[in-house]
Formats: sequence, C-alpha cells, structure tokens
Amino acid sequence: MIYHDLVIIGGGPAGLAAAVSAKDNGIDDILVIEREKEPGGILNQCIHNGFGLHTFGEELTGPEYAARFIDQVLSRGIPCKKNTMVVDFSVADNQKVVTAMNREDGIFQISAGAVILAMGCRERPRGALNIPGFRPAGIFSAGTAQRLVNMEGFMPGREVVILGSGDIGLIMARRMTLEGAKVKVVAELMPYSGGLKRNIVQCLDDFGIPLKLSHTVIDIEGKERVEAVTIAQVDGNGRPVPGTEERYTCDTLLLSCGLIPENELSRSAGIHINPITSGPVVSDALETSAEGVFACGNVLHVHDLVDYVSQEAAAAGKNAARFLLKGKPEHAGRIIELVAENGIRYTVPSFLNPAEMDDTVTVRFRVDGVYRNHAITVCYDGKPTSRRKRPVMAPGEMEQVILHRKELALYPDLKQIAIRIEKA
Amino acid sequence: MSDTYKQELTCIGCPLGCPITVTLQDVPGRREIVSVAGNTCAKGDAYARKEVTDPTRIVTTAVRVNGGAAPMVNVKTASDIPKEKISDCVAALRGIAVTAPVKIGDLILKDAAGTGVPVVAAGNVAAVPEETR
Repeated sequence: MIYHDLVIIGGGPAGLAAAVSAKDNGIDDILVIEREKEPGGILNQCIHNGFGLHTFGEELTGPEYAARFIDQVLSRGIPCKKNTMVVDFSVADNQKVVTAMNREDGIFQISAGAVILAMGCRERPRGALNIPGFRPAGIFSAGTAQRLVNMEGFMPGREVVILGSGDIGLIMARRMTLEGAKVKVVAELMPYSGGLKRNIVQCLDDFGIPLKLSHTVIDIEGKERVEAVTIAQVDGNGRPVPGTEERYTCDTLLLSCGLIPENELSRSAGIHINPITSGPVVSDALETSAEGVFACGNVLHVHDLVDYVSQEAAAAGKNAARFLLKGKPEHAGRIIELVAENGIRYTVPSFLNPAEMDDTVTVRFRVDGVYRNHAITVCYDGKPTSRRKRPVMAPGEMEQVILHRKELALYPDLKQIAIRIEKA
Repeated sequence: MSDTYKQELTCIGCPLGCPITVTLQDVPGRREIVSVAGNTCAKGDAYARKEVTDPTRIVTTAVRVNGGAAPMVNVKTASDIPKEKISDCVAALRGIAVTAPVKIGDLILKDAAGTGVPVVAAGNVAAVPEETR
C-alpha cells in the first residue's frame, strides 16, 4: 500500500488552502485527491465576481480566486491526483485507509498519517423536496445549470421558473437572462430570502425579475419536457393557500433549495455527524471523532463566503501538521462543550480543548431566523460574559464569535460555553 | 423648474438592506438629487447617489475556447461599465471564440459595447493537442 503523511480528499477551495497551510507548517509528503480534471472545485463554475474581498482585498471571479490557490499549491510542489475519485475511507486501529480509483491506476489504496476531509457539498435535489407533478426533462438544480452554461457552453432552457432564492438561484436568474432566456419568477418558500442582499438587487431587481416570498411550486406540467409550473402562496405552516395559484408556462425549472455537506466517506469511516449541519462533529482543532482526521470547508458546514472556507481550511492544515509532527498530547485534556441556544442553530466547533487550543478560536454559527436589533451573547456555565449588538442577522449570513485562550484560562473549571441570541 | 420624483432602492452595503428613497428633479441636461432618505449610514447615502446618477457594474460571462482543455473560459470587464450596457456587452461577447492557451488577464475584447473598457480573461485554459482532446 502507498503511504502519504497527509491525504487531502478534495481539491476545491478548502482542500487547496489546507494543502498550502500544511506544507507551510512543515509537512512535505502531501497528496491532494481531486475527482474533476482540474482543481478549484465549485469556484470553476462561479464566473461572477465578488470572491476574495476579505482574503485579497479585491473582487475576483471564482476561477481567478481558485487560480491564486492553485498557483500556491503548484509553487510549493504539492502533488494533486486529478480525475481521481475516492470511493471509500476507513479508520480502524488508528489505520487510515483511503481507497480511490482513476483510469491510469485503476483501484488503489493509500495509507495516511492524517487525512483532511474537504469534499464540499451537494445541492438538495428534487427528490428531497416533495414537489408534486410530472417528471419531465427540464428540471435542473441551479448549480447544474450553472455548470452547463458557464463551463460546457450549453443553455438548458429559454423560459425559466426558479424555486428557491439561495445565492446560486439568484446568480443563475441573472446569468440565464443575460444569455437570452426569460426568467419569469423566483419563488421562495420562506418569508425571507436565503441569498445575499447584493444578489437580490443585482441579479433580480436589475432585470425586473419578481421574487415571491412564502411561495412554492405545487405542480409541474409536461410529459417529455416541462411545459408549465404552478406556484402558490404558503401559510405559516408551509401549506399552499387555495386561490393563490399562479401558472407560468416555461420549459425549465431550476431548483436552488439548499446545500448538503457531502459526507458519505465520513460516514463510511464511522465519523460522528452533527444532524444540524450534516457535517462532522469537530473540536477547536477541526479534528473529527476519528483521531488525525480533520474537516474543513463546505463538507463541515455550508459557508456563504469562500474567504471563510480558506481561513478554516488553513486552520485545518495547520492542525493536521501539528498532529503529524507532535502527535496527540499524552494528557487527554479537559473539554469545554460549546452549545447553540435560543436562536442559534449550531456551532462549529462543537467543543474545545482549552489546554491545546490556539490563542484564538473562531466559532462559526448560523441563526434560525431574521433578527433585527438583537445581540449575540456568550455565556460561561450559564453566566453571560460578553454581548455584541447586531443590527440584523439572517440565516443566509454566517456569524462568528472569537474565543481567546488567555481569557478561558481565567475559568479553570469551565464546562460549557453557550452562544445565544437576545433582545438588544 | 420641473416637479420632483422618487426612486426606490435597496442598499447593498450590508445585510441590513435599508430601503432608500431618493428624491430627484430634472434640471436641463441632468438629474439633480434633492434628498436621500431611509439609509442608516453614510455608505448608504453614497451608494444611493451613485446608483441613481451613474449605476455601474463589473460584467462577467464566458466565451468559447478552441483547442483548449475546457470549452469555455471566464471573462470580465477590466473595470465597471454603465449598467445599461450590460446586455450589449454580453451580447457582443457571445459570438467571440478565442484560441487556447488562455491566461488570466489576456485581452479578449478591446472595447466592451462602446464603453472604452476592455474585456479580459478571468480564467486559465491550457492548450491541448487535438488527438488528446
């Protein structure tokens, strides 16, 4: 069996940034495994601009942002096995084995000193949405349409209805319009959009495309190809309101209804999954329940800005390097649990090792609704210790709290840190 | 002196998304801003003033590549162009095909729809010999 100190599964923004960071922190034997023919992941189909404002101080397109990290990987001589699909990952008796396949090598196994999971996420498909109606051609996830238009050069349709107002759906409303399609409406089940304000203005308002909040698709017509879609308003329980139906003739329905971390490999290795994020449960070091296996990027939890993915992945790379060079500390260390309360859906990480944590640890989380004039409160064992006012918070925008090791050292018996939303 | 009229905007400066109302009046040769209301910060005021008098955008699209490892390459205007030129710019690029290799920054089109702004490559596509394509 081949051996590598560090195997990184996935060559998208998370895998690339993790590789660069691990190398810079002293690991020379790294292998990145990528299933596509080029690294860069989903960035390669995101040809709109606005990436990298935090990382590079300028607005880049997806391929430009990816190219900066690909260049860093190449200039460090880190190998990337492309066109290679990881089909299994197992962890037993501290042996980490990655099984992969490609056209040149066939099926092969790699034993790894440490593994970074960076497989990204996948769109929620029609089958997971319970949309009634026929199953004709012309129903695409927004990301599939994005790939077809931007990378393959095909237009999936001419008259379009979009369900879901996630950022990919909004971006595709503009993209399809610019390529000559008529986007008739964007329907969103929730009473608010999951997309960024900037995208609503620049992708819908700029082109006069209506956004119907609290609406969903209740029927799809067409035997061979989509012919029409009916949408209706929904009540507070998500049920269609009779009499509010509107029928749109169209040949295409795009679905932009959320993203799900792609954790089949993590599950096959028996790694504990957080049911809220659908990503692995991790420590402050971004280490999963399997020792020496780390996770970062959208496989861990879905991010809205790639800049945060790059930051998180750099931390995972650094921590994997530390694990490989120093091993697990002998003393099994005290653990502080991180808890999401009152308005917060989850936190990443789920717990801290105060003895081994970095000087600062970024805790990322999402709120469960739109909150105006509220505050993020951090409680140590039930006692509020800090409070930060936020004029507005929404589920579409990730929030964060930074914890300092020095401060935690003042609470030697601390067992739990809770993060909650309170009225300001 | 002509009558005043209003234009409604949503600020994109932050997640707050303030609804802004700009009151305008036409004076010979241009539109004059009478007032900006609804914003909660200076960023919103600046955004609204620019957006009603001179709205601009960076335009991105993809053009065909001949002889490359990928059939399309990402391109963008080198700087922002007037909003009303977006469609003309994308239409002008629809008929264009470039030959691989293409590198980020390569000139694709000298002048995007009469704006004087060039269009440049925003992605890399390697050249691939025909038999291995």
